[in-house]
Amino acid sequence: MLEKEGQVRIPSGCAISGFISRDGNMISGEDAVKSISYMHDRSNGLGGGFAGYGIYPEYKDLYALHVFYDTNASREQTERFLDRHFDVVNLSRIPTRKHPNITNEPLIWRYFVTPLPTKMASSQLPEKEFVAKCVIRINNDINGAYVFSSGKNMGVFKAVGFPEDVGEFYRLEEYEGYAWTVHGRYPTNTPGWWGGAHPFSLLDYTIVHNGEISSYDANRRFIEMFGYKCTLLTDTEVITYIIDYLNRRQNLSLEDVASIIAAPFWSEIDRMEPEKAEKLRYFRNVFSSLLITGPFSIILGYNGGLMALNDRLKLRSMVVAEKGDMFYISSEECAIRAICPDAENIRSPRGGEPVIVTLSEEGKRKCL
Amino acid sequence: MSVNYFPAEFEVLRNTDKCIKCRACERQCANEVHFYDADFDKMLTHDDQCVDCQRCVTICPTGALKIHKNPNEFRQNYNYTQQIMTENYRQAGTGAVLLSSMGNPLPYPVYWDKILINASQVTNPSIDPLREPMETKVFLGKKPNKMSFNEDGSVNTKLDPHLELSVPIMFSAMSYGSISKNAHESLARAATELGTYYNTGEGGLHKDFYQYGPNTIVQVASGRFGVFKDYLETGAAIEIKMGQGAKPGIGGHLPGAKIREDVSKTRMIPMGTDAISPAPHHDIYSIEDLRQLIYSLKEATEYKKPIIVKIAAVHNVAAIASGIARSGADIIAIDGFRGGTGAAPTRIRDNVGIPIELALASVDQRLRDEGIRNNVSVVVAGSIRSASDAVKAIALGADAIYIATPALLAMGCHLCRSCHGGKCNWGIATQRPDLVKRLNPDVAYKRLVNLVHAWDHEIKEMMGGMGINSIEALRGNRLMLRGIGLTDRELKILGIAHAGE
Ligand code: SF4
Ligand code: SF4
Repeated sequence: MLEKEGQVRIPSGCAISGFISRDGNMISGEDAVKSISYMHDRSNGLGGGFAGYGIYPEYKDLYALHVFYDTNASREQTERFLDRHFDVVNLSRIPTRKHPNITNEPLIWRYFVTPLPTKMASSQLPEKEFVAKCVIRINNDINGAYVFSSGKNMGVFKAVGFPEDVGEFYRLEEYEGYAWTVHGRYPTNTPGWWGGAHPFSLLDYTIVHNGEISSYDANRRFIEMFGYKCTLLTDTEVITYIIDYLNRRQNLSLEDVASIIAAPFWSEIDRMEPEKAEKLRYFRNVFSSLLITGPFSIILGYNGGLMALNDRLKLRSMVVAEKGDMFYISSEECAIRAICPDAENIRSPRGGEPVIVTLSEEGKRKCL
Repeated sequence: MSVNYFPAEFEVLRNTDKCIKCRACERQCANEVHFYDADFDKMLTHDDQCVDCQRCVTICPTGALKIHKNPNEFRQNYNYTQQIMTENYRQAGTGAVLLSSMGNPLPYPVYWDKILINASQVTNPSIDPLREPMETKVFLGKKPNKMSFNEDGSVNTKLDPHLELSVPIMFSAMSYGSISKNAHESLARAATELGTYYNTGEGGLHKDFYQYGPNTIVQVASGRFGVFKDYLETGAAIEIKMGQGAKPGIGGHLPGAKIREDVSKTRMIPMGTDAISPAPHHDIYSIEDLRQLIYSLKEATEYKKPIIVKIAAVHNVAAIASGIARSGADIIAIDGFRGGTGAAPTRIRDNVGIPIELALASVDQRLRDEGIRNNVSVVVAGSIRSASDAVKAIALGADAIYIATPALLAMGCHLCRSCHGGKCNWGIATQRPDLVKRLNPDVAYKRLVNLVHAWDHEIKEMMGGMGINSIEALRGNRLMLRGIGLTDRELKILGIAHAGE
């Protein structure tokens, strides 16, 4: 019998794409679908998914939990857990349409929640930490339940299938967001489990990733010391946890995070001005187990921006482009041209060079 | 002549057609195996004194010599083997504890040889170390668990003291006294050139070698030989020796014959007296006492030097390591039961302790389970024989490795396991001036540098094959390992899957 994601580690190649309107203009999910469809051959129908930011303005202060259930029993158990820890303001099935290429769908539910103040106080955790812990607990402890999205005013939509079919299945043309990322997966064998599709997310962090990292187990065994549990055994999962740990828990900037996970070579550090070199030397010493080696290109989404990053040798393709307030990131230029034929400043960022794009002041006013 | 009860272990074979009777072997053999008989105009041998150090074989200008195991056999017995019988004869003759040197030679499982390394194919490119940078620099020491920031918001980069190694390989403790001054000089110079460290062992530091201080780890052992202010301040790090893999639970004994002038000065003990290291440190009877010693040494050196605590791999090594990680040590060195020694009681060397592979795997996992792996770096010793052993050790979780036997091999040692006799024909484990001068530090240090460079190249080659271009991404990366021919229990302890899984 084939083992499910999490019981076995599955290497995959992939396509990724993403864009953001810096001024916070709302863009339909359809554009994300269209963009990824041009890289059809980089996926093999075994996983596709999207992350949209700014899509739930009416509930923007609530955590939006998207959950897969295998059975109604697992749903009931999860809902009891949610009731004990959160005020559930709204719950519903996520609307989908029947699609010939998307089959075997689990139950897919959405909850808008806010942590119960008493519970949070007794846990002595900051709010985000509390939510993250609850999500990790549901995913580990409740059989057949899997929270695949848990941030505010954002959401992940994913399934087993080609990404363009997944987009139609979730009726993404009905959503509007200021930023989208999308992923098409090319795993080397098929567990066919929806939770294993990407993006992977924790709180509002989402990662789409193309590559196969060779440092996986070194990274995993280190990050698991800090309360994370890598249950899926995927690169994306461990990269998300690393970014959460460094950015949210250690308060390091995204630039610093990038210089830890795609650290410059010692020979480069030695050539830098002393202050910068000292910081990077410190990072490479203290966070040596969070260096990621092997090929990867990732797009990190978070409330307010996107970050694109390649491994330090640039072993995976990735290009970026601009047009007006729009910024595009993709594995291949064609996926950008598909939705913005006259895109400008197309370039290929260097290995290890983070490209961070955030909402402008106007965009922040509108969307955050 | 009294009857010996057992035959010579080795037999010297001399091809008389080739031998030109130059008598070089006679001059070279400190065990006085070879001698010339003028009456018969013939080279003869005392086979019973031969230790198979291969010195004469190597030196003979005509290649006339071979040493082989004496083919004479006692009556076959799988229980009372010839070796056990011989040892009993020997003890019945002397009434003494049997002494041995170098590592445990018995056929216990060598887990390194039952672990295989991964390589990339298709989904993930391998990296060519000849074309791309490949990094093996390592830092050893405590890492903070929480970032702190300066007033201006910049990252506070102050750190506890660290060691910086340009290769993840150090020379482990061998004392001056157990090995010669020339051997020490070779190690010190090689460590300096390589950008790594050598370790004084428990014999103090000869005044000529203070110049290599920045690449020296000074040891504080139970005998406290040669420990004083300048010594502590000269080293780059201080190692507290709690135990040694070859002889866990017991101390050391350097016979008075080896305590000649220089050794006596360096150890700070009178000439000709036996140097006895007690089994325990007499001020450490529990973990809280160890903490006091760690902090005394830190105070004495103004918190400028990392403190290493070295322990032997024994049954509950994981719990002990966890205690040490919480007691202020910066680095833990674990020495496996196959580790070498200048002299140890045979029974202890051959029967006490556990393999380093299992000890390392359980220590690393335990420290991670307890979330304290960042408190300490882990260095392993005790029979890391090659670059592939080193790669496996690092993938199991070691930050760096200590080598001693391979370093001795680089200097000419042939593992005759007779160091305790003090008559090392290779000039290593001896204090006899005529023998010591056979080891030329100018040559030996270069051979040490060569050896480590060669290992480093091989490590890089294997890393590149796995698609890893920096050693830190290999550390603890157990997914890169598979077991072969191991039981479920062994795999579980090692934390690796079986080949084919
Ligand atoms: S060194 Fe060789 S050639 Fe010379 S005496 Fe010995 S066996 Fe003969
Ligand atoms: S150091 Fe010398 S005496 Fe010891 S094993 Fe090696 S060759 Fe023999």
